[in-house]
Amino acid sequence: MARKPIKIRAKLKGSMTTVKCLMSHPMETGRRKNKKTGKLIPAHFIQNVVAKHGDNEVLNADWSGGVSKNPYMAFKFSGASKGDTVTISWTDNMGKSASASATIK
Amino acid sequence: MNTDMKRRVFLKGSLAAGTMAVAAGAGLLAPQAVLAAWPKSAFKSKAPADALKGVFGSGTTQASDKIKIKAPDIAENGAVVPVTVSSSIPGVESIAIMASNNPTPLVAVFKLGKSTAADVSCRIKMGKTGDVVGVVKAGGKLYAARKSVKVTIGGCGG
Repeated sequence: MARKPIKIRAKLKGSMTTVKCLMSHPMETGRRKNKKTGKLIPAHFIQNVVAKHGDNEVLNADWSGGVSKNPYMAFKFSGASKGDTVTISWTDNMGKSASASATIK
Repeated sequence: MNTDMKRRVFLKGSLAAGTMAVAAGAGLLAPQAVLAAWPKSAFKSKAPADALKGVFGSGTTQASDKIKIKAPDIAENGAVVPVTVSSSIPGVESIAIMASNNPTPLVAVFKLGKSTAADVSCRIKMGKTGDVVGVVKAGGKLYAARKSVKVTIGGCGG
């Protein structure tokens, strides 16, 4: 698929770590039609996103096709220090998955 | 229009089920527990209250001014509407984002870890002008806040 499935930025400020990420995914709802053939484009969207700080799960998100194409997500959590690893992985409705990690700056 | 929509939903459902079965047969579904937990009925619900019931087990919410929704007043492109939901209610367990006028209102559910702040952002699609609803679950209760967003170009069409 895409070269970089997930881009992650994690930054520590005070006690809170802000994590921002961009995923590369078509996020088809299954309601759109191919303009040339008139056929429905099958649904293809990320269903589940898990963010981990080390082994600790900090965020678990369930999504529908209502999330925009190439989804952006941001959240904050506490208890991390510089140099720790944040891992984000997703699974879509076709069973595909991707995962990436970044160190907290 | 209405029957047409139903037909579409049905098609979508059967297509999705088909691919899932194929994927399962090929042993492609590595984290099966994760996918099994995906609240399918909630995401397919057409009424906001039904969707909430599917996720949280209850459709009744209490309006709260402790939830802040950051979204544009006018979205020029309904395919990309940036939304941030934050809350100062203590002990928030999960946050749901809904676009009340979408064919399936429930967009995303974020389950927060213990150290995670009640402050999440993402970008959503909106089919037409309507309210963005942020629902927060804290201490077993549901709180909600809404903000109206005017959409000039819908994000769900072809």
